[in-house]
Amino acid sequence: MKKFIKNAFLGLLIGMVNGMLGAGGGMLAVPALKSNNMCQKEAHANAVAVILPISVVSAALYVFRGSVEITDAVPFAIWGIPGAILAALILKKISPVLLKILFGGFMVWAGIRMLFK
Amino acid sequence: MNLVQIIAGFLSGVIGGMGFGGGAVLLIYLRVFENTEQLKAQGINLLFFIPIGITAVIVYALKKQIKWKTVVPLFSFGILGAILGIILTKIIGGGMLNKFFAIFLIVLGLIEIIKGFLLKVSKKYDNIRKE
Repeated sequence: MKKFIKNAFLGLLIGMVNGMLGAGGGMLAVPALKSNNMCQKEAHANAVAVILPISVVSAALYVFRGSVEITDAVPFAIWGIPGAILAALILKKISPVLLKILFGGFMVWAGIRMLFK
Repeated sequence: MNLVQIIAGFLSGVIGGMGFGGGAVLLIYLRVFENTEQLKAQGINLLFFIPIGITAVIVYALKKQIKWKTVVPLFSFGILGAILGIILTKIIGGGMLNKFFAIFLIVLGLIEIIKGFLLKVSKKYDNIRKE
């Protein structure tokens, strides 16, 4: 019961951030899943399964509200799918240390640019 | 469609497919390089993730890596949270939301960098122990 309440709260938080910012739910889902006794790799895989239905409902609400049209995303999505497949194939060969530092640096740089624009 | 958009889509797919919070890459690109309106950029980002997420979940499910018992309650409450969050975007407004997103990125970016360095240290330690 205690675990259920904890997960209900974490789920609400993940959904709220993802719905409000349109991103970032996965980054919260990974530690949430690790707190459910999953290892790093399991947590990454399961995070996608947590975020997918949340994103489907969120995207539908964005479209319904008129913030975005489905056709706006198509030019990016058609190139994103081969990218995702490539990622699945080469994931094991890439240094997670380098990836984390590069990606983290990119996020900080983008955040600072957005804050002071 | 231009070459930069193709590269942005492809790279977002690569990072997204690796589960490294890739959801944010396309959103960052749209905000920083194309000056897309905050809410529209968020909407594109959410739509973009759907085919990629479906592809990834099918692969993981076939490998029997998904623990539905934990996943289902998380996303059920997550959907409730998402509805709440989307109602909140209306109250907060695009300008303020942009600032929230910027701060969120800086904090999570710093966490990623720190985790990267910690991983490096722990790997060195493992190597020393093995020797």
